[in-house]
Amino acid sequence: MVTEHIKQRTPVLSLQAVWDALAQVHDPELPDLSIVDLGMVSEIKVNDNRVQVKIIPTYTACPATALIQLNVAEQLRGLGFAEVEVLRDSQTPWSSNRISESGRKKLQALGLAPPPQFDSPWTEQTLGQATCPFCGSNDTHLHSLFGTTLCRSTHFCTGCGQLFERFKPL
Amino acid sequence: MNPTVELITKMADDALIIGHRHSEWTGLGPILEEDIAMASMAQDKIGHALALYTLLQEHFAGPDPDTMAFSRKPADFRCCHLVEHPNGDYDFTLMRHFLFDHAEWLRYQMLRQSSFAPMAHFANRISGELKYHILHANTLLQRLARGSEESHARLQAALNDAFPLAMGIFEPGPYEQELAGTGVFAGEEILKNRWFLEVEHRLLSWGFQVPALSDAPAGWGGRKGYHTEFLQPLLDEMAAVIRSQPEASW
Repeated sequence: MVTEHIKQRTPVLSLQAVWDALAQVHDPELPDLSIVDLGMVSEIKVNDNRVQVKIIPTYTACPATALIQLNVAEQLRGLGFAEVEVLRDSQTPWSSNRISESGRKKLQALGLAPPPQFDSPWTEQTLGQATCPFCGSNDTHLHSLFGTTLCRSTHFCTGCGQLFERFKPL
Repeated sequence: MNPTVELITKMADDALIIGHRHSEWTGLGPILEEDIAMASMAQDKIGHALALYTLLQEHFAGPDPDTMAFSRKPADFRCCHLVEHPNGDYDFTLMRHFLFDHAEWLRYQMLRQSSFAPMAHFANRISGELKYHILHANTLLQRLARGSEESHARLQAALNDAFPLAMGIFEPGPYEQELAGTGVFAGEEILKNRWFLEVEHRLLSWGFQVPALSDAPAGWGGRKGYHTEFLQPLLDEMAAVIRSQPEASW
């Protein structure tokens, strides 16, 4: 136990190493996107061989949150930290505005229209405007406020005649 | 009971029970989109109930959320009668969804200023989610109100049934003054008046006759632990799995 402890202390783990490791933790419902892409990481504290990470849950009822927390802890232990603490940040509300540029590109590539950036609270009007991820047409209309997961709405594209989903603004 | 505990318990119980009712449409919705919408809103509501029971556990040494949901007797629940009623036809489900969700939305808007910080944070967090619920109710009711004579008449009948029950949402609790005095929550009376302003103009614009706001005790009793005959069978069904395998881990 003692030798193992010493071995674990040797490398100095940088903040960047933690960010890189977190970029390997994916959302099980959107496997191409990491929790960094989704803007779910609100705070990282590295202190010697201890690390503390705060995760902002997206939708309150999202079933993936608990699994993501476990995966974060496992990933950080893999880096060699002796003490890993993963906390839920219940004070910062998550917003789809937190999704990064690269996250938006990945959504697009998945055939899922990215959420619009909004400054003031979104309205019914904002919800109706979506660009088809398949043909790029703006001639689309909102089909249903809900979709295959809590974070998606369903739209119809008049341009190519297909239904598509969008990551909802939240 | 601590006033804040009483407030959170009734909110959580409302969310859990209406969430369960919504979930009963899963696989049975009138069209696929509505099936998915009801299932999604059920998932949200039950998630909100879990978050509220967790607040009780973390800040007031409450029991674990599963115990709150599955092991209490009806008399321990503080939900209003409106959420307990069976789904009936889709018209009643939709009208209840509209009346309940506008009240819930406004309650959380008030709670964003709550002096109980964890509640203010939670209210802030879930506002975006709830907005989708009221938008769903508004959009569908508007469409059906203008649909046909039959759809309009059915929704008017549903409104006549659900409205007196909706009064029970605002049944005064035993700690109204304490909650208002400490800045935790401004109170049911204020909420009721704001709610009426919000739902009345919409219903009128869709051509419905709106029953008068009343203090009549139709639908009252839930906040004191007196429930309709519909709650016990619902709780039995909800807890059927956990009761059959109490030791199982998930």
